[in-house]
Amino acid sequence: MTTSPYEHHEYDVLIIGAGGAGLRAAIEAKQRGLSVGIVTKSLLGKAHTVMAEGGMAAAMGNVSSEDNWRVHFRDTMRGGKMLNNYRMAELHAKESPDRVRELEQWGALFDRTKDGRILQRDFGGHRYARLAHVGDRTGLELIRTLQQKVVSMGTDVYMECKVLQLVHDESGRVAGAVAYWRPTGEFVTFAAKSVVLASGGVGKSWKFTSNSWESTGDGHAMALWAGAELIDMECIQFHPTGMVWPLSVRGLLVTEGVRGDGGVLRNSDGERFMFNYVADMFRAETAESEEEGDRWYEDHNAGRRPPELLPRDEVARAINTEVKAGRGSPHGGVYLDIGTRRSAEYIRRRLPSMYHQFMELAGVDITREAMEIGPTCHYIMGGVKVDADTAATKVAGLYAAGEVAGGMHGANRLGGNSLSDLVVFGRRAGMAASDYVEGGSGPSGFDWGEVESAVSRALAPFENENGENPYDIQRDLQEMMQANVGIIRTGDEIEFAINELETFTERVKNISVKGGRAYNPGWNLATDLPSMLTVSKCTSRGARERKESRGGHTREDFPKASAEYGTFNLAHTIAGGAWDGEITTERSPLLTMPDELKALLEEGK
Amino acid sequence: MAEVTMRVWRGDASGGDFENYTVTQNEGEVVLDVIHRIQATEAPDLACRWNCKAGKCGSCAAEINGKPRLMCMTRMDDLPEGTVTVTPMKTFPIIRDLVTDVSFNFAMAERVPALLPPPMPEDGYRMFQEDVERGQEFRKCIECFMCQDVCHVIRDHEENKQYYAGPRFFIRYAELEMHPLDQNDRREYVREEMGLGYCNITKCCTEVCPEHIKITDNAIIPLKERVVDAHYDPVAWLGRKIGRRTKRTAAEAGVQPAP
Amino acid sequence: MAAIESATKVELGGLRGGPDVPTLREDRWWLQPVITVSILTAFVVYSTWAAFQNQNYYVGAAAHRDLISPFYSPCLTTTCVPGSGSGFAIHGWGLSPALIILIFPLGFRLTCYYYRRSYYRAFWWSPPACAVADGHGSYSGETKFPLIMHNAHRYFFFAGLVFNVLLTYDAIRAFHQPGLGWGVTVGTVVLVINAVLLWSYSLTCHACRHLCGGGVKNFSQHKARYRTWKFLSRYNSKHMNFAWASLIFVALTDVYVRLVASGALTDYKLF
Ligand SMILES: Cc1cc2nc3c(=O)[nH]c(=O)nc-3n(C[C@H](O)[C@H](O)[C@H](O)COP(=O)(O)OP(=O)(O)OC[C@H]3O[C@@H](n4cnc5c(N)ncnc54)[C@H](O)[C@@H]3O)c2cc1C
Ligand code: SF4
Ligand code: SF4
Ligand code: FES
Ligand code: FES
Repeated sequence: MTTSPYEHHEYDVLIIGAGGAGLRAAIEAKQRGLSVGIVTKSLLGKAHTVMAEGGMAAAMGNVSSEDNWRVHFRDTMRGGKMLNNYRMAELHAKESPDRVRELEQWGALFDRTKDGRILQRDFGGHRYARLAHVGDRTGLELIRTLQQKVVSMGTDVYMECKVLQLVHDESGRVAGAVAYWRPTGEFVTFAAKSVVLASGGVGKSWKFTSNSWESTGDGHAMALWAGAELIDMECIQFHPTGMVWPLSVRGLLVTEGVRGDGGVLRNSDGERFMFNYVADMFRAETAESEEEGDRWYEDHNAGRRPPELLPRDEVARAINTEVKAGRGSPHGGVYLDIGTRRSAEYIRRRLPSMYHQFMELAGVDITREAMEIGPTCHYIMGGVKVDADTAATKVAGLYAAGEVAGGMHGANRLGGNSLSDLVVFGRRAGMAASDYVEGGSGPSGFDWGEVESAVSRALAPFENENGENPYDIQRDLQEMMQANVGIIRTGDEIEFAINELETFTERVKNISVKGGRAYNPGWNLATDLPSMLTVSKCTSRGARERKESRGGHTREDFPKASAEYGTFNLAHTIAGGAWDGEITTERSPLLTMPDELKALLEEGK
Repeated sequence: MAEVTMRVWRGDASGGDFENYTVTQNEGEVVLDVIHRIQATEAPDLACRWNCKAGKCGSCAAEINGKPRLMCMTRMDDLPEGTVTVTPMKTFPIIRDLVTDVSFNFAMAERVPALLPPPMPEDGYRMFQEDVERGQEFRKCIECFMCQDVCHVIRDHEENKQYYAGPRFFIRYAELEMHPLDQNDRREYVREEMGLGYCNITKCCTEVCPEHIKITDNAIIPLKERVVDAHYDPVAWLGRKIGRRTKRTAAEAGVQPAP
Repeated sequence: MAAIESATKVELGGLRGGPDVPTLREDRWWLQPVITVSILTAFVVYSTWAAFQNQNYYVGAAAHRDLISPFYSPCLTTTCVPGSGSGFAIHGWGLSPALIILIFPLGFRLTCYYYRRSYYRAFWWSPPACAVADGHGSYSGETKFPLIMHNAHRYFFFAGLVFNVLLTYDAIRAFHQPGLGWGVTVGTVVLVINAVLLWSYSLTCHACRHLCGGGVKNFSQHKARYRTWKFLSRYNSKHMNFAWASLIFVALTDVYVRLVASGALTDYKLF
């Protein structure tokens, strides 16, 4: 191996991302005695996972003893509109209870039932109370627990270090990655026998989003550039309840726990409009009247669940329709009311951070006043195509888990299924990556050419004198995507977006940045933009090809789901690995489900 | 819409100074919004940390008008009229502008002897709400490190950093010591090596904590009392001499591996 | 082991950002310390004066009263004013009897977690207020003599309890009006309030909270201690209020008894 002109490290397993998925993978590989390095764009413990509120879904049956993995599997598949990789949904439903329990071994403290087990709460789309939680800060509990475990195992963590690109050996196996330190701007290379991608989501490409600056789809893009396939990229979850006011916090999440704990949606006429939007698929298990819905909160056997707790895509679309019909709130949302329905003490105990968030940011006391809310870009169901059991991608030595992986959630994710996804498949990715290393099939070299081209591309904006400000491009991109590939889409707008994205590609090549390399957010953004564009392109192309409405993908011109489109995913690949290379989009048939699982889906339909 | 003057410290380890920016300020905005506006217009290289913009991740700590605050949770209209001064956290070495090197905290995190629970039964541990609620208060911590920043033990006495865990980690030790499953004993360790005795309970950590954790009352003082049990109290000492051993040395306590 | 890698390693003496000034605060951070210094100084001056007076601390049978100043109770020397004695008498003590006993309540308050906070801030300036620079070059906290003695706080707490019992006894005695029978005077009320405040102060003590239940790991297995702890915790957050209230009131009680004993005031009989 040639000596690196940069700081260089070598590991058995390199993990990109320190959210729930990455940390869980690290624990697994570290327990095998392998050397593990974790790289993260921000500080340890700040990844997106920390923001998750409501809980993590696992059919432990601590609250509803009827619950089991079969029901969870069925809920996940139905929520995902059957586009899921059934095997992932099955493994997830079966394994999540153990993954939740093991967290307590490492120090997690979940809320308890009266008999001392882990308490579970109701959430949209889940038939039974299934979400293990800690108040409304479950993600914090998850990431802190895993972080403390990882640290106590003595794992190397590279904080504020951004990976630019994956590196191969000469035979196309993954051999590591090239990155730069944000504090200094210096480059660093990692040679690794296997790489686990756990880089989270893509939400920053939309204007109103619950996601942080980190969610620029770096992992999605890097995987695509490295030769992997992305699937279901058109399926983006718009969470129904984001803040809409003040403008500066527009998009900030309001947890679904508010509805699980008794909050209801009203339009400007004061009507609980969700009763008008119950799709046939869910009619049998949804309350018909407000009285019935209210009874359900008291006793789940006394009524069916209220329509506010339908899956997120249904609720988000309903809100969108109400606002368009002129029945919205002053700032363009609808009302979410828990204050008139629950005592102030109850609200403050169950939803402390929501209380806090509205009080401090909007000056609204949610124990007395209704919240104004509207849909916000929240989660991408699509991602790197992986093998369910091993999280392996098409590229040898490359694994993906967490939000960056696709398939598990189909066309729409149920609340709470992500945190459990992180630990179930984070662990599996860690195991498979370790097996691969132990099996001796690691890379045979390290392509320094790839390193050099990534480095020179990253530095180009400094050479450019009179180019564009990256912030302007980001703002325009977000507005363009929000307007044209947002929650409701039409063929013309998508076509427009696809053309626009080519213009953006040219603009990105013409960026200038001011200042030096050390902790320069303008430059950091410049290096994020290629990923944002790549991801947006895949989303737009998927949206163009999928001529139907399904889950997180709604076409105004094709408002119904089509049986034909329900049989395949749309898979994207890029030729030659250039970031601005031509993307190919193809139909990739779904796995066929064994009959016994099919039978489960028929039950209680 | 109004105009506001922001006095922001810009610089790095080689020095720096205040720079004034006059920017628009909209209704309901927080300090971080205004800092972002400066980035997007006048100074794209102005360094600051942030992630969630909702007071959940603890990335955006800085000192606003001389006090540690989260930039994303400090509303502009709650600050007194006039120029707003924003400086980096003082206790940690500067990286650039508003970004500091908080690795001191991660070094302290490494030294925490992990939870040591008994083997887990098949269907999980049984713990009750009253067993976990003390720990849950401390686990609300978002690691903004503002308590570490404000703590005069290291803010004003750099040399103490060598042997002082700081309030963020005192709540961690308290959490573990109060954990219903834990079998480790870290009391001697926090006294001998983590500098619990340096804290003079002046409560600034509690004052700045954005999660409103009662750091001093609920963690540090109970920890100090536990140390008294383990080390200073002659009656407890006599009890140990006579029979039951309740205390281990720091080394013994520190090396217990987690499962 | 060193695990966490970061561009910049932990080293002492890393250069800090921001201007090199003691504080950038412009609010009235100095107000709190000024108030604390004023009240505590006034108290110390008054109580020292009162303790050395060695007179006017007891209103006895001659006035049909049984009121003793808390500064002088229990009165332990042979020189105690008749009627004020506790039955246990030390011979040959020439100074004021107050000086023998005041060390205990003084020690209790000196080692109290709340007072420590207050005087470290106000008198010692370490720190005078949050994010305002410490007034000292070096600092070793409570790790060395004498401050390490603060770890004995729980023993002062026990002593405090003994005093509370005695002062409660004094308050009960104050219902007795020699020669007249039982009744209530302003003095009775004053002594009762004083005792109540002292109990409140002691029972909200942090050491008390720890000893009564806080030290337990598994609350679910110690239900009674859990309930006690829960109850004490609720009031523990008011410890500061009780600390000030009881401090000021104990001085006022002495003032009242002193005024009555010196004849400047008559103790009004309520019923
Ligand atoms: C507000 C909010 C609330 C939510 N609530 C819930 C909930 O209640 N229940 C639930 O199940 N799900 C919830 N979710 C979804 C869930 O939190 C996320 O999907 C999940 O945390 C993603 O975890 P992850 O491990 O895949 O990635 P993340 O936690 O997003 O972590 C990504 C990591 O990758 C790193 N990274 C990214 N790019 C690079 C790069 N180029 N170089 C180096 N490192 C990189 C980042 O720094 C980070 O460490 C919520 C999401 C949000 C935004
Ligand atoms: S109470 Fe102790 S830990 Fe908290 S700021 Fe003061 S000295 Fe530091
Ligand atoms: S204890 Fe509070 S102030 Fe300290 S790091 Fe945690 S959240 Fe921040
Ligand atoms: S940005 Fe997360 S706490 Fe401010
Ligand atoms: S008396 Fe104040 S803490 Fe004990």
